[in-house]
Amino acid sequence: MSIISQVIFTVILGIFVFFIAKRVNFIRLNIALGRPQKVVGNNRERWKNVLLIALGQKKMFKKPVPALLHLLIYVGFVLINIEVLEIILDGVLGSHRIFASLLSDFYAPLISFFEILALGVIFSCVLFLLRRNVTQVMRFQKSEMKGWASLDGNLILVIEIILMGAILSMNATDQLLQEMGNAAYPLTGSFLVSSWLIPIFDGYAPSTLLIIERMAWWFHIVGIFSFTLYVTYSKHLHIFMAFPNTYFSKLTPKGSMEPMPEITSEVKMMLGIPVEGETPPPEGLKFGARDVSDLSRKNLMDAYACTECGRCTAECPANLTGKKLSPRKIMMDTRDRMEEIGKSRSDAKIHDEKFLLGGFISKEEINACTSCNACVEACPVLINPLDIILQLRRYEAMEASGSPTSWNAMFQNMETNAAPWKFSPQDRFNWSEELKNER
Amino acid sequence: MDIKIPTVAALAAEGKVPEILFWVGCAGSFDERYKNVTKAFVKILNKVGVDFAVLGPEETCTGDPARRAGNDFLFQMQAMANIQVLNGYGIKTIVTACPHCFNTLKNEYPELGGNYQVVHHSIYLQQLIDEGKVIQKVAQTAFKGRKITFHDSCYLGRANNIYEAPRKVLEALDAELVEMKRCKTKGLCCGAGGGQMFKDAEKGNKEVNIERTEEALETEADTIAVACPFCMTMMSDGVKNKEKEESVQVRDLVELIAESEGL
Repeated sequence: MSIISQVIFTVILGIFVFFIAKRVNFIRLNIALGRPQKVVGNNRERWKNVLLIALGQKKMFKKPVPALLHLLIYVGFVLINIEVLEIILDGVLGSHRIFASLLSDFYAPLISFFEILALGVIFSCVLFLLRRNVTQVMRFQKSEMKGWASLDGNLILVIEIILMGAILSMNATDQLLQEMGNAAYPLTGSFLVSSWLIPIFDGYAPSTLLIIERMAWWFHIVGIFSFTLYVTYSKHLHIFMAFPNTYFSKLTPKGSMEPMPEITSEVKMMLGIPVEGETPPPEGLKFGARDVSDLSRKNLMDAYACTECGRCTAECPANLTGKKLSPRKIMMDTRDRMEEIGKSRSDAKIHDEKFLLGGFISKEEINACTSCNACVEACPVLINPLDIILQLRRYEAMEASGSPTSWNAMFQNMETNAAPWKFSPQDRFNWSEELKNER
Repeated sequence: MDIKIPTVAALAAEGKVPEILFWVGCAGSFDERYKNVTKAFVKILNKVGVDFAVLGPEETCTGDPARRAGNDFLFQMQAMANIQVLNGYGIKTIVTACPHCFNTLKNEYPELGGNYQVVHHSIYLQQLIDEGKVIQKVAQTAFKGRKITFHDSCYLGRANNIYEAPRKVLEALDAELVEMKRCKTKGLCCGAGGGQMFKDAEKGNKEVNIERTEEALETEADTIAVACPFCMTMMSDGVKNKEKEESVQVRDLVELIAESEGL
């Protein structure tokens, strides 16, 4: 019996590892669609960001209540994975609670600690479900959150509750089986939380208990595998992507835009400044971004790190005053577009004449941005929607001549009058005479 | 007091380079309202007796609005031309009252070969106050009992992490400084950044400056202090829209300091 279940378990594990690896590779190729970027700047500062912002969730604590609940789920999830490791070892080796004999007296306190965390996870998930669906926090109700986005958010929370429930049921029935002296269930001592659940299962025949325990065990571990695979398709991928994303985030002041050195030598030539040893720009050079392949890899990584919490959109002055722009939607669109291109890699039938700009994100949206950096400041994992918006604007201005008419007039003023307004350059210094005449 | 406004070119003719260049900016040069800020700053520079100069007719737009609107060719043309002038005169330190000019000169000119120490006037004023060069008198009766709220400019605050200097300047006035609901890192934009100053807003249900003005009026301050020409325009328009221009003033930091100095 044991050997059959060991084989079944190993096969299931292998299948999931295969599909997860396939999906990870798909995502990797999608991110690689972007422009490679040199990582410049202090490594220490980058690691500091990873520690404080990704691991320490520092920026989450601007809103302390959701931050604490989120931390509870996070710590619960990460630490409970130690128990998942035990389950996997048991499954492959045919053992039962392999860590129990290794840890002896420490085992029951450890599992009890995990159970407290599991309870915390359930508590937080229930509150989060209420926040999403009953108290209706504004940022979860925006137009881009209809359909899949909202279902995804709820599914994650429900699945986590079910998985934690399975762990607790498994542990409760295990303890009963231990008390009954079942040889396959060596004594471990009592577990803190699941022991409360014992009355529910008390009174069942040992064979029924055995079935419940085994079902909870299988359900939990297959559930964990499925959840992991699901996460790679979900906004929930931020649990992994937050780490590389904070590492690669920009270290320069938020106000500085990405430089465009590729056009500098042309500008110099236009101004008659000698160009030393710089190679002319490559053929087919495009200005700005029309599609995801024109964006940087960091921009694309950002899109996979976004968990659609909407803190950016809640702070966006354009969105707050009813304009179409939503920084969260910029990230969701970028991700959707990457997924679409990714699918067309394996399916040649998909005929694609869409672009990120126009097909997903409209000019009206990017034109509404005030570049105020509120979205960038708000993001707990250092995503930069503004960088994408500005690259799309560059495409409109320099490739498509699609800037708003008043901006074109502003450009013209700057070219002819050296000021964005239509004033004569000769009048620039008039204020000095005015000031002298005041006295 | 005899006001002196030397140009860099005139100093160069005497073989001199000013200690600091006051970068006036387009709004400071042309905008009727904001010219008053330029004048107030020059009065203070004169009073303190700093070795400063302006580019005068040689100054041109930094290129910031073109860059935010996506036209990097035009930005780089402007920047490169300005850098040639600045480097030609051997300018080391630039002070400006415009956060957009400040951000561009400080963060975006180095990659094109323009390396200067760039200071926003809020920081500069704070230094003058700390050094006791302005506002030496402890009791400033002109502002005693008045309520001032400070509107953070995005290009000072989030863009460059300058939140405290403008507040320290206001505190020195001995007025009561009251904060809006959204301030500092969470400060709401006036609606003019990113090229919005030069076009109409997209369709929505409200103008950003109205939203922000309402928030400023909620504080019941009699003065909305700003440190940016675009914020000045947007907040003044907002106050006018709310028909509060009789009771609420929109003033730049440097105007308030000049007023307290009797300049």
